Amino acid sequence: MNIQISRRDALLGSGALIVSFALAGSSTGAQAQGSAKPLALTEVDSFLAIDKTGKVTVYSGKVDLGTGITTALRQIVADELDVPMNRIELVQGDTLLTPDQGKTWASITIQVAGMQLRQAAAAARLALLAEAAKKLGTDNLTVADGVISAGGRKKVSYAELVGDKNFSIKLDPKQPVKEKLPKDYKVVGKSTPRVDIPDKVTGRFIYMQDFQVPGMLHGRVVRPPAIGAKLEKVDDSAARRIPGVARVVREGDFLGVVATSEWDAIRGADALKVTWSKSETLPDQAKLWEHVRATKVVKEDTTSNVGSVAEALTKEGTKLRKATYDFAIHTHGSIGPSCAVAEFKDGKLTSWSASQATHDLRKQLALMFGLSLDNVRCIYLEGAGCYGRNGHEDAAADAALLAKVVGNPVRVQWSRADEHGWDPKGPPTLVDLQASTDNEGNVTAWDSVFYIPQAGPELNVGLVAADLAGMPNAKVSFPGNIFQLSAIPYKFPNVKTVCRRLETTPLRPSWIRTPGRMQNTYANECFFDELAAAAGADPLEFRLKYLDPADKRGIEVLNRVAALAKWEKRPSPNRSASGNVVRGRGVSYTKYELVRTYVGAVAEVEVDRTTGRITVPRFYITHDCGQIINPDGLKNQIEGNVIQTVSRTLVEEVKFDRSQVTSLDWVSYPILKFPEVPDIVIELIDRPTEKPWGAGEPAAAIIPSAISNAVFDATGVRLRSIPYTPAKVLAAMQAT
Amino acid sequence: MAIKSLTVNGKRVPVTYNDPQIPLLYVLRNDLGLNGPRFGCGLGQCGACTVHIDGAAVRSCITPLSTVDVNKKIVTLEGLGSPGKPHRVQRAFIDEQAVQCGYCINGMIMESAAFLAKNKKPTEAAIKKALANNLCRCGTHARIVRAVKRASA
Repeated sequence: MNIQISRRDALLGSGALIVSFALAGSSTGAQAQGSAKPLALTEVDSFLAIDKTGKVTVYSGKVDLGTGITTALRQIVADELDVPMNRIELVQGDTLLTPDQGKTWASITIQVAGMQLRQAAAAARLALLAEAAKKLGTDNLTVADGVISAGGRKKVSYAELVGDKNFSIKLDPKQPVKEKLPKDYKVVGKSTPRVDIPDKVTGRFIYMQDFQVPGMLHGRVVRPPAIGAKLEKVDDSAARRIPGVARVVREGDFLGVVATSEWDAIRGADALKVTWSKSETLPDQAKLWEHVRATKVVKEDTTSNVGSVAEALTKEGTKLRKATYDFAIHTHGSIGPSCAVAEFKDGKLTSWSASQATHDLRKQLALMFGLSLDNVRCIYLEGAGCYGRNGHEDAAADAALLAKVVGNPVRVQWSRADEHGWDPKGPPTLVDLQASTDNEGNVTAWDSVFYIPQAGPELNVGLVAADLAGMPNAKVSFPGNIFQLSAIPYKFPNVKTVCRRLETTPLRPSWIRTPGRMQNTYANECFFDELAAAAGADPLEFRLKYLDPADKRGIEVLNRVAALAKWEKRPSPNRSASGNVVRGRGVSYTKYELVRTYVGAVAEVEVDRTTGRITVPRFYITHDCGQIINPDGLKNQIEGNVIQTVSRTLVEEVKFDRSQVTSLDWVSYPILKFPEVPDIVIELIDRPTEKPWGAGEPAAAIIPSAISNAVFDATGVRLRSIPYTPAKVLAAMQAT
Repeated sequence: MAIKSLTVNGKRVPVTYNDPQIPLLYVLRNDLGLNGPRFGCGLGQCGACTVHIDGAAVRSCITPLSTVDVNKKIVTLEGLGSPGKPHRVQRAFIDEQAVQCGYCINGMIMESAAFLAKNKKPTEAAIKKALANNLCRCGTHARIVRAVKRASA
């Protein structure tokens, strides 16, 4: 079989198991037509295996992007199967071995994939119990640590029942098998320590960036200095004189250097004398919002429409309020630049990367190189934290192209400038809102328009190397489901929300944590606050007034965050604020995508009126995502949501000139530093008998608006353009 | 091809190189197989590559091999402790579960271990200041500060 057992696999012990599957299956090798292991979502064997020693292997199509999900998924299986955590191995994101459970995105790993796993484990347990009943002659059985007992010495282990054999059990989502009762869970709901942390803090964990295969060379890509520039001339004489440089690869406008060591590849790339054509395809950043507003609209999506907004807005005697909000272009900013290893062997491509969607990457690489899907295998290894589609897939394409040309396996790790410059971006978002109120401040109509890029025909972002080399590629990059949460959770008599989908956006778009939901909620929750202030109402009370009274969980989240933050009922702004440094508090709320996880936030801010500097000393979060799998893991995610989004709100903005991104390092694209990080007070609402929902994104949706509303409370000034740099704060204060 | 000796994690090791300006990070990772120090920016801006040289926290991505010799004691995350016998800072990071992706954590641990060696009971503000030039993107800061505080107790 053509599997490179990685050092990591060997360390995990999963290598032996992968081999045993192949041995149990077809003899033609694991990469041959119809691999030995089932992958369909309707087979227990796609998700689970138990070997002769009783070790359970979980096959997860969803991957750990730094969230600790591999621990939480193990907890779900451990509980459902009654096996100890340390008997469970987990294989993630390998297209040969793991089912296609979709991209690891949108905060749905626990909610969707976790529940698929729970069903598989429940079905396996039922089958094992039935088998044991036959063997032991009774169905009065108990299970502990993978051993089924009938009392006394009559017992049989999972390993004896199924060891190394297939379950061959079908799963039907329409007819779910019975799971354990929530009251019987012993592992779910506990703060089980993460399985990866001891190795990560001692340098033993093998990240993608550490992975090597025998005979591997190092590649370095040389990107054009302008988007769309053509490669006119390369003088590689100096590069070739560097010992270790094996090859300079040019395919169309794709340029790279391959060397025996990483440093020689870097030196080789630096030594190339390249002439590129001039290209100026980007708008003037100073006029970005005019550009966005002027971009051709290809379609309009009406995401909610209640009553008659047009009629209500023009009704005599109503007060009209209008505002425009904008949200800057952001980069993912993973601390480790994108990295991949690729190997072409016997016409087959094996790609190792930290892609959040190896099954999709497999399709993209197959298209790019004209290979059948069976001849491409993509294997996930954890990289630096990934908050959406960053550069990993592009690095995979770079490595594959270089490996194909040179014939050796090639590793590519991007430079910091490659990462900041060439990972796809969170697109700029512009939102126009208007609302009408009656004489008492009651909202009579809400009307909003979101200017956001169109979605391509497929859910993938095109590969840079394919474009540069003129190879087949996705035509329009997908920006993520950024229409989400353009509609609002509040019950006004007349509501219309429309997304104008734009033909283009300045930089290649993709999704970054809470895509669209963050930007849209930002505008909605700030504008809602404007209406509360105009009505002279307490902003938290004003939210409770307009929430659906039947939505008890939403109301509870808001009431509990009020208690947690010792919320003082009064309208904003805070009239008693005085002095140079003024303090304020702001509230925000989401019911994620209007159908799941509830989060309430209160931000406390300080604004220095002399310098315009905003600091956020404290955040209070109340969070209800239903059944909690791992409370400490959940808190870790919520803290990350808050801190990362305070950073995005206050300091982050991709800079560009007419040719290219110019914010290519951590000085020109700063992120929040330790002294600026808020204290975070979290209250988890556990609902063990409810479905578990996602937590990787929802809290982030309300961080910008909570800050914005708190700044208004402190200063009486409404900020409507993210990031909230000191210059913008000073300008807004002067304008008031 | 030239050769020189380094002292890494208490052992004297030979390294070969073409370019004396090669940053120490590449030697440690690719030649000595020490993956604790990580490439983050190559500019000394993020701290992911931090190692100790004679007890001081140093950015190995901008430390040319030519500036290091066998008399300098280099310690990496692997040399600080192991899963079986972690250094007290590593132990505290485990206890506080102060990791998300963990890619920056090498820098956080190496920087704070060097800091705590000279500052026995730092305040929270002092810890934050000491780590001000170490970047974390996942937003693990609150836990990292708690872990450093725990290690100092």
